[in-house]
Amino acid sequence: MTDMKNASDAPRKRISLTETDAHTRKRNASEARFKAYGLGAILIGLFFLVVLATSIIRSGVPAFTRTVLEVEFTLTQEQFDAAEKQLFKTKAYQAVFIDAMTQKLTEDGVTASFDNAAIERLLGKIGNDLRGHYTANTGDLGKSVNFILPASSRVDGYFNGRVTRDTLVDSRFLQLSDLDLVDALHDAGLLKQGFNWTFITGADSGVDNPGGAGIGASVVGSFFMMLVVLVLSLPIGVAASIYLEEFAPQNRWTDLIEVNISNLAAVPSIVFGILGLAVFIQFMHLPQSAPLVGGLVLTLMTLPTIIISTRASLKSVPPSIRDAALGVGASKMQAVFHHVLPLAMPGILTGTIIGLAQALGETAPLLLIGMVGFVARGYPDGFMDGFVEPNSAMPAQIYTWAARADVSFYDKAWGGIIILLMFLLTMNIIAIILRRRFERRW
Amino acid sequence: MYDVLHTERNVTQNDVKINAQGVQVYYGDTHAIKDVSVEIEDKTVTAFIGPSGCGKSTFLRCLNRMNDTIDICRVTGDIRIDGEDIYDKRVDPVQLRAKVGMVFQKPNPFPKSIYDNIAYGPRIHGMASSKAELDEIVERSLRRGAIWDEVKDRLQAPGTGLSGGQQQRLCIARAIATEPEVLLMDEPCSALDPIATAQVEELIDELRSNYSVVIVTHSMQQAARVSQKTAFFHLGNLVEYGDTGKIFTNPEDSRTESYITGRIG
Ligand SMILES: Nc1ncnc2c1ncn2[C@@H]1O[C@H](COP(=O)(O)OP(=O)(O)OP(=O)(O)O)[C@@H](O)[C@H]1O
Ligand SMILES: [Mg+2]
Repeated sequence: MTDMKNASDAPRKRISLTETDAHTRKRNASEARFKAYGLGAILIGLFFLVVLATSIIRSGVPAFTRTVLEVEFTLTQEQFDAAEKQLFKTKAYQAVFIDAMTQKLTEDGVTASFDNAAIERLLGKIGNDLRGHYTANTGDLGKSVNFILPASSRVDGYFNGRVTRDTLVDSRFLQLSDLDLVDALHDAGLLKQGFNWTFITGADSGVDNPGGAGIGASVVGSFFMMLVVLVLSLPIGVAASIYLEEFAPQNRWTDLIEVNISNLAAVPSIVFGILGLAVFIQFMHLPQSAPLVGGLVLTLMTLPTIIISTRASLKSVPPSIRDAALGVGASKMQAVFHHVLPLAMPGILTGTIIGLAQALGETAPLLLIGMVGFVARGYPDGFMDGFVEPNSAMPAQIYTWAARADVSFYDKAWGGIIILLMFLLTMNIIAIILRRRFERRW
Repeated sequence: MYDVLHTERNVTQNDVKINAQGVQVYYGDTHAIKDVSVEIEDKTVTAFIGPSGCGKSTFLRCLNRMNDTIDICRVTGDIRIDGEDIYDKRVDPVQLRAKVGMVFQKPNPFPKSIYDNIAYGPRIHGMASSKAELDEIVERSLRRGAIWDEVKDRLQAPGTGLSGGQQQRLCIARAIATEPEVLLMDEPCSALDPIATAQVEELIDELRSNYSVVIVTHSMQQAARVSQKTAFFHLGNLVEYGDTGKIFTNPEDSRTESYITGRIG
């Protein structure tokens, strides 16, 4: 008997643990391969991120700098009176200014040709600025006033390297001879580069004045829109999710609603735009181009995102917590609000902020309801006006700039993108912080 | 003859607290409880025993309507507590659950402090009018849950940070903090060591003076130790129900005998 048993049981080979057998080697190799793929994928991702970030920063930074001419200038009462009698008043101011400049530059020993047209090309129609200043501050007449006059965007381009002597084609905007003047003014310390506050605080300018374009007004527009989105979509989205997840019976209707919510999340944003145009503006007669309408449209878009993420985080709360609460005699609502919701909070907040971030970057629906750039020439007059006064939003403003013929606006578009990304980054950081804070409760 | 007398004597000794007649439970198409009728007495510990999946937890959950939370679950039949039909339309399950406390199979403390775990029930039922009163309820409940000594120095620490056995005793303390009249316990000791088990059993015995306790257990010894009445479930049927002593020494049904001697289950 014992012999037979030994025969059927082939003698087991002893395998040393210190030497890996072929099977283990193969398994280890495939694991190492997988790790390499993963690492490779991450490196590729990082590479593109770095390329993206550097190109954004390189192209965007010029938007934040501007070239200004800083000069002392005195206008006497007589000159003022004389200019005001002229038919073309701003031209007259301009002439006085250019005379003064010519004199000053000759004194400084600057040798370059500057005629009326050249100054106009470099500084734009400054007569307007000057007249505006003196008519508003008549007390400054006869005194020396320090003027900071923004140079044209071509001059900016020259300093940023976008415009070079080799590539410059003489035009009514800039001529090769003007660059000599620019260099001379720069050497004399009159032409300086500085931070372009106008870009941060200003509103969109006309198509012929890229230097005066700013993103500030559209930041305000975005802010009011986000306010509408937050105030509407967070409570509606969370309430809907709580109802669907915790209270609604599981039947064909709720299944249908569920499927439709998932589908809504995938609807292209431009569809929401045309819906907003038809419903909010044409049917309900809400004001065109108003952040209120933009906010309503974006709310429709954000709701599915918030509902889906809220439901997911409600689902992830273990059912035993609900049982525990119900078991001590809490009502369903108490169980949800005292126990389930606090635990789901980090997920809800993250979902909401991601939804808001998506909405903040959304462009297409805004174009359809008229929230394009240039509709706002300044800030809203009051808080309530912020919702209804025509305004743009950051991405729509960027789109408007990028679509303009003048290449100087191209810088502005990149600069706008930097601002937009900064807002998005801030929102994501807030999401992370909130997440951390609420998660500690576990 | 003797058996009948024996049972009758018991019934006259203690009032019937829960009277279930012809209870059927379905999970969708699954028939989980098949026509179960049982009378659970006041001031008595009743043990539910039976093989896994036979419906002990299901039946237990019918007694405080926890099954309401499961969409596909359907309960028919008549369950009365103190003569009142708990499945009556006018009965608010929340009120019922305050009266019929429950300890679950898996410890499920709230992810809050130990103090808040206990204080939650009394708070929502408005049982304490002051902080001092609430503190007192918390301490008393934790003492009765045989966990006071272990947690008295860290009442503000999270309840989820306790060991499994401590968590379960915390849950027991939480269940009795609301002063229920009936306490349902679903395998309360499955995560406990023998010492903690002994403490919980002692607690159960103590609770008997005021409450009606129903305990589901897989331990025959435990059922024999703590309960006065035992119900044996098998495949959704209540096979046998009677005095614990009799079930364990002289069962009527052959299935009961096989189960308690370890041949089925
Ligand atoms: N939520 C549910 N949905 C569907 N079927 C269920 C559900 N809960 C329990 N069942 C079924 O009902 C029957 C009884 O389950 P129950 O949990 O009551 O068993 P048990 O006796 O408590 O078992 P154990 O001792 O393992 O806890 C089982 O067949 C189970 O599959
Ligand atoms: Mg069970």
